[in-house]
Amino acid sequence: MRIVLIKRAEHSRLMTGLSPVIAVALTMLSAALLFAIAGHDAGLALYKFFIEPMTDLWSLQELLVKAVPLVLIACGLSICYLSNNWNIGAEGQFVMGALAGSVLPVLFPAFDNGLTLPLMLLFGAAGGALYALVPAVLKIRFNTNEILVSLMLVYVANLTLDYLVRGPWRDPAGFNFPETALFSASAMLPTIGDGRLSVSLYAAIAVAILLSLLLARTLKGFEIRVLGESPRAGSFAGFSQKRMTVFAFMVSGGLAGLAGIMEVAGSLGQLQPTISPGYGFTAIIVAFLGRLNPLAIVVAGFVLALSYIGGESVQASMGISDKIASVVQGMLLFFVLACDTLILYRIKLQFGQTAKGGHAHV
Amino acid sequence: MKNILKAAVAAVALAAAGSAAQAADLKACFIYVGPVGDFGWSYQHDQGRQAMEKHFAGKVETAYLESVPEGADAERAIERFAREGCGIIFTTSFGYMNPTLKVAQKYPKVMFEHATGYKTAKNVATYNSKFHEGRYILGQIAAKMSKKGTAGYIGSFPIPEVVSGINSFLLGAQSVNPDFKVKIVWANSWFDPAKEADAAKALIDQGADIISQHTDSTAPLQVAAERGVLGFGQASDMIAFAPKSQLTAIVDEWGPYYIERVQAVLDGKWESKQTWHGLKEGHVVMAPYTNLPDDVVAMAKATEEKIKGGWEPFTGPIIKQDGTEAAAAGVRLDDGAILGMNWYIKGIDDKLPQ
Repeated sequence: MRIVLIKRAEHSRLMTGLSPVIAVALTMLSAALLFAIAGHDAGLALYKFFIEPMTDLWSLQELLVKAVPLVLIACGLSICYLSNNWNIGAEGQFVMGALAGSVLPVLFPAFDNGLTLPLMLLFGAAGGALYALVPAVLKIRFNTNEILVSLMLVYVANLTLDYLVRGPWRDPAGFNFPETALFSASAMLPTIGDGRLSVSLYAAIAVAILLSLLLARTLKGFEIRVLGESPRAGSFAGFSQKRMTVFAFMVSGGLAGLAGIMEVAGSLGQLQPTISPGYGFTAIIVAFLGRLNPLAIVVAGFVLALSYIGGESVQASMGISDKIASVVQGMLLFFVLACDTLILYRIKLQFGQTAKGGHAHV
Repeated sequence: MKNILKAAVAAVALAAAGSAAQAADLKACFIYVGPVGDFGWSYQHDQGRQAMEKHFAGKVETAYLESVPEGADAERAIERFAREGCGIIFTTSFGYMNPTLKVAQKYPKVMFEHATGYKTAKNVATYNSKFHEGRYILGQIAAKMSKKGTAGYIGSFPIPEVVSGINSFLLGAQSVNPDFKVKIVWANSWFDPAKEADAAKALIDQGADIISQHTDSTAPLQVAAERGVLGFGQASDMIAFAPKSQLTAIVDEWGPYYIERVQAVLDGKWESKQTWHGLKEGHVVMAPYTNLPDDVVAMAKATEEKIKGGWEPFTGPIIKQDGTEAAAAGVRLDDGAILGMNWYIKGIDDKLPQ
């Protein structure tokens, strides 16, 4: 017996909309099961994991602090993925943006005025965009695989950061410990409210709205989708695949770089050997959970952030291992993909000998 | 359906009531950089936490967060504990320094203890141990036991604590064999078993027949055991992972410190200070000497006693790598010089990033 997936002739619109909701519900069910197996009070754990973080102002702010970089990066990635450009290296672009943006406060601390912050943000976005240009140019010029190139460049970026904070950019007053001096107040983003949430929240919301308008209302948006779904049709329409690759990579790299410098100038206040707990990779999950739609990505970023904060909350208050939070995230992605697959395909069980050369999709 | 819901609500309410009923006098909270199951650094801190909790038998409640990345997440984790009523919070990795200070400023009534850092505040104390004392003994043992006269050393990051450990190790080795060599590989991580294992393999391939490490996992020692060379445990007694290869281990004993500081909070006598104790005070403990001939054990024990009696391994003559003198014969380096050490002693074949 074997299981095959057969493409459905048409798929239900209702289910397409419901699928993320079903996936979240299934995740919660399995999480409850997991908590119970581990010997914890499943009801209480579910409450602490998924509900409690949204019940007070402090954790709501922390949720947003965590969600903002994810949303910014994922919005950019959606442009890439919709246009069939596979940028896996947002993590590296995030780090390079942070580095480029930190040039001013680290190397020119005397340049300390109202222009500092805007310039830092500009440098950050430019740094990320230029770094993303590398896989794009290599792809259109030499036909290299952009997945591999962008992924490998993540390591280059991380090691560059590591080198700089341990070497030339090290805080002279810091006993050789690997970190830069703390940024001055004018190099830091203004905060909203009493917590750590900075104005980067507005940037994330603005970017999501602008990109969704771009996709839905402009010729560029049409071009992105056509080239993504049918490159041949796109080229008949006079759209250039190569120019699109450059555009998509620069937009997503720029946004990742902006997220990077905002993280440094927002909640860190200095460069350290590691500045990202994997935002660039988690954002890939966020982009797909939000079905590559910038507005839905805002919600998806919030859900993913909830899985981190909730995981921390059950660990701190009930002693549930942090591995459980990772498992819950993994299950979320699994259920999203499974639901999507079952909307497009149906499962068929084949008994006995399989036909030679069957055309089933497996 | 309604009944199930009611039952669930009741269960939640009961659980909440239950935890409130057994409220302790004080809540002590811990932030770990690695998993508690690393059997090294974080594991030992957690052992200390458990010993402290046991000591106070119900009077002190504890909680911890493991694998908290150094960065923006750390500040949130620390602040979460400060908000949840922890009276004292131990942050157990260098990278938590600035987040700890930031949160401490916002919560002046909560006491903070930061391990291995150098910045203090009215409600932030620091603590660390003189691990380099143990490393001097490891160096002596290595020089006695190595047939090739070369040890491999896996470093995490070239920060002063690690650099002084390497220097102390070689000083110990040179006291036995002046031509002893040490090869260094940087793992650039505190906890990365795969990388640490690769480093150990590379070092053995390059001719090291004894492995020492300043990273937190048991991987290097396990590789040493597989390849039939000798090694030392780090932070914790790792004898179970290499019964035939571990010669001894530098064990971090945090329990006494945690008990002392929590007691101080309970008594209302806590104040900010910088603690840096070693073998003498029992904050650094040598695991049993195993797989060693009697004369080497005797030598190690004699050195251990000497250090406990107040002798400092960083006592001159100490010559720096560039040939200048760091300490004249009989002169002892002061604490500041050891805590901020960023130079190698003569004989080390490696360059520090400058």
